[in-house]
Amino acid sequence: MNVLDVTRARERIERLPQRFLPVIATFVVFVLTFGTGSVLYDGFASPQILTNLFVDNAFLIVLAVGMTFVILTGGIDLSVGAVAALSTMIAAATLQAGWPPLLSVLAVLVAGTALGLLMGLVIHFFDVQPFIVTLAGMFLARGLCLLISVESISITDPAFRTVATGTITLAEGVTLTYSVLIALAVVLAAVYVLHLTRFGRTVYAVGGSATSARLMGLPTGRVRVGVYAVSGFCSALGGLLFSLYMLSGYGLHGVGMELDVIAAVVIGGTLLTGGVGYVAGSVLGVLVLGTVQTLISFEGSLSSWWTRIVIGVLLLAFIMFQRLIVRRTE
Amino acid sequence: MTETPTRSADPVVDMRGITVEFPGVLALAGVDLRLYPGQVHALMGENGAGKSTLIKALTGVHPPTSGSIHLNGGPVEFTAPAQAQAAGISTVYQEVNLCPNLSVAENILLGREPRRLGAIDPRAMRVRSAQLLERIGLSVDPGSVLGSHPIAVQQLVAIARALAVDARVLVLDEPTSSLDTDEVGELFRIVRVLRDEGVAILFVSHFLDQVYEIADRMTVLRNGALVGEYLPQETERLELVSAMLGRELGTLEEVERRAEERTPGTAPLLTAEGLGRTGAIAPFDLEIRASEVVGLAGLLGSGRTETARLLFGADRADSGTISVDGRQVRPRGPRSMIAHGVALCSEDRKAEGVVADLSVRDNLVLALQAARGWMRPVPRRTADALVEEYIERLDIRPADPGAIMGHLSGGNQQKVLLARWLITRPRLLILDEPTRGIDVGAKAQIQKVVTELAADGMAVLFISAELEEVVRVCDRVVVLRDRRKVTELDGDTVTVDEVMAAIAEHEPEAVAP
Ligand SMILES: Nc1ncnc2c1ncn2[C@@H]1O[C@H](COP(=O)(O)OP(=O)(O)OP(=O)(O)O)[C@@H](O)[C@H]1O
Ligand SMILES: [Mg+2]
Repeated sequence: MNVLDVTRARERIERLPQRFLPVIATFVVFVLTFGTGSVLYDGFASPQILTNLFVDNAFLIVLAVGMTFVILTGGIDLSVGAVAALSTMIAAATLQAGWPPLLSVLAVLVAGTALGLLMGLVIHFFDVQPFIVTLAGMFLARGLCLLISVESISITDPAFRTVATGTITLAEGVTLTYSVLIALAVVLAAVYVLHLTRFGRTVYAVGGSATSARLMGLPTGRVRVGVYAVSGFCSALGGLLFSLYMLSGYGLHGVGMELDVIAAVVIGGTLLTGGVGYVAGSVLGVLVLGTVQTLISFEGSLSSWWTRIVIGVLLLAFIMFQRLIVRRTE
Repeated sequence: MTETPTRSADPVVDMRGITVEFPGVLALAGVDLRLYPGQVHALMGENGAGKSTLIKALTGVHPPTSGSIHLNGGPVEFTAPAQAQAAGISTVYQEVNLCPNLSVAENILLGREPRRLGAIDPRAMRVRSAQLLERIGLSVDPGSVLGSHPIAVQQLVAIARALAVDARVLVLDEPTSSLDTDEVGELFRIVRVLRDEGVAILFVSHFLDQVYEIADRMTVLRNGALVGEYLPQETERLELVSAMLGRELGTLEEVERRAEERTPGTAPLLTAEGLGRTGAIAPFDLEIRASEVVGLAGLLGSGRTETARLLFGADRADSGTISVDGRQVRPRGPRSMIAHGVALCSEDRKAEGVVADLSVRDNLVLALQAARGWMRPVPRRTADALVEEYIERLDIRPADPGAIMGHLSGGNQQKVLLARWLITRPRLLILDEPTRGIDVGAKAQIQKVVTELAADGMAVLFISAELEEVVRVCDRVVVLRDRRKVTELDGDTVTVDEVMAAIAEHEPEAVAP
């Protein structure tokens, strides 16, 4: 048995980088892209550009957090973009109808969570592929948007506008919005839930091996349904942040956003097969996407489609990188 | 045995007339089982007899189609394992059912993590899991990832998990199949402590020695039906074996005889010189000839599996060379060794990837096809004939090529996995614990097939924790200790005592001055 002691020391050294390798890699990519920008363009390496990454992508961060929960169980949620759009729509329409802002926010969060919960229940109890169910959820949410209105509705509520335009000054000339604070609060809450609650640990267990988790007597059903509710809630909240960002509700907001979110999560090192990944990675993934976007807008002459191409290349690179790691540890 | 256990107490578990039906399969037909507090009850039977199914009927994984279960006198109907667990039944299922992506500590405590102010307390988790690991004498870092450990360690972790609750009933489905003598001893020590504390224990094993050592009573199943209940002190081993098989056992002598008949080739098929990998196995030399069965013996963690993986190219060596047919090869992963006719049947059945949703036939044909390359399709008739042949030779049950792999019993899945490799006829077959979880009758059958194939010219590297088996099938035995090759035994020195002595460090000659 003492042989095991010998390997123990070795394991301890190997363990840390092994587990965090994808997240560290994402961080390195982030630093590299940001570094490239700083070298190429004057004024890129400013604190405000860095904080703008958070300001412009607060809603994506929130969506990515929800998606991380789902992907960690080995599932997928294609409805997040549509649910976010539906949220902007519900918010704008209810505000237009004169609801108090708080009630309107509550309605959005309840609707999003309920939709997520519903999809989770169908996935679990009817044992249908999450891909199919959330695809249906996506169509449903887009349809509901158009049911409310086919036009874009602008948000004129003074309270909403105050929150949207309000800034917090970090330092001379460096400002944040309230959305960023909300997004960061969501990230902290998610880290807490995933790592320090039984629900969170069961999320990882289900992703590692669903049959084992069931035989271990873990509440796998509750967790499988729960992650879609979490994702629904995050989509709704992300939608609210998006409506603050755009100050309008529109049924065609965030078309294809679900794919950006999935890309961010995967670039952040979360395995699509489940069980492995960190929220921090997903946040970094969003930041990488944001940096690429900023780079391209700095260039000016490039069309925004370049963002798509770079994201595509990055995504491929990351998936190959993950395969390599998985193969090496096998 | 100091005291004969009293049977005056009421049974904790009383299962009556349990019937479990799967589509087209009657897995259990009217089986009774009673477990008493403070007793170890062994459940015996061939592969596919219904042992695991009976356990799963008890714990709510497969609720019985008919029959009743009483727990502490009251009727219960569990429909999920969580309910049985909450009712005080702690179970270690046959396959290691843990999450490889989580840490050892988490696997032990998942679902009952110590909490402080509502949040999981990582420090308390470490302490608590370390205590449980120490209790079963396992020294691994609780923070390490479970999947990085060999199967035997994972098995022990599963046991530690089962011990983490104060259960009234402890169910162990083949907990010892991948353990060495020392670990089994340690496990039995704990089982005795629990038994004396009044826990009712249900224990499944194919090792008769273990059953006779620990069991107070034995229940035998055959083909899903109850054969009877026996007391170890009143039952001869042969009587028990015939109760399980429904016939006499006679293949063992045949294995012995076949071993004499083999004439190993003269030129080495595979030669390893100074092959080693830091932390896995110290540099060693090894030669394997055609028609030779070479054994690899050593304790858990002595480097058996690591050696196999190096030879197969699954891990990269950082010193030494491998030659096949006298020509040096640079293994760049398993593919290049497979191209040289080397195959490895690994100890990890789950990760090895039998395709659970496909039929037995498809699983076998897949391997056959992969070995031949996709350009040369296997004629259907040939494939079917081979599949039939191996189902018969390895006694796979049900003997139906169309049976779904995932529905087979643990032992029968192991047989299919083995058949997958045998059917491809490699030149050198490395078998890592090939008879894990396989019943007495089938074990002899498999040993026979291995020796037959060797007689036909296949070279075999045979790894097993069971020394009797190694000694029976091998011409030569390489002994490993502490990740280092210590000696090689051949000819008359291949005996259980010699191998044991070599493993245990003291030289037999040195004992007599
Ligand atoms: N889910 C299932 N669907 C169909 N048949 C099944 C299923 N599970 C088990 N069986 C069948 O039930 C029978 C009993 O299997 P079981 O796993 O209980 O055997 P066992 O006694 O535990 O054998 P072993 O020693 O190999 O573990 C086998 O014939 C098996 O094929
Ligand atoms: Mg079984």
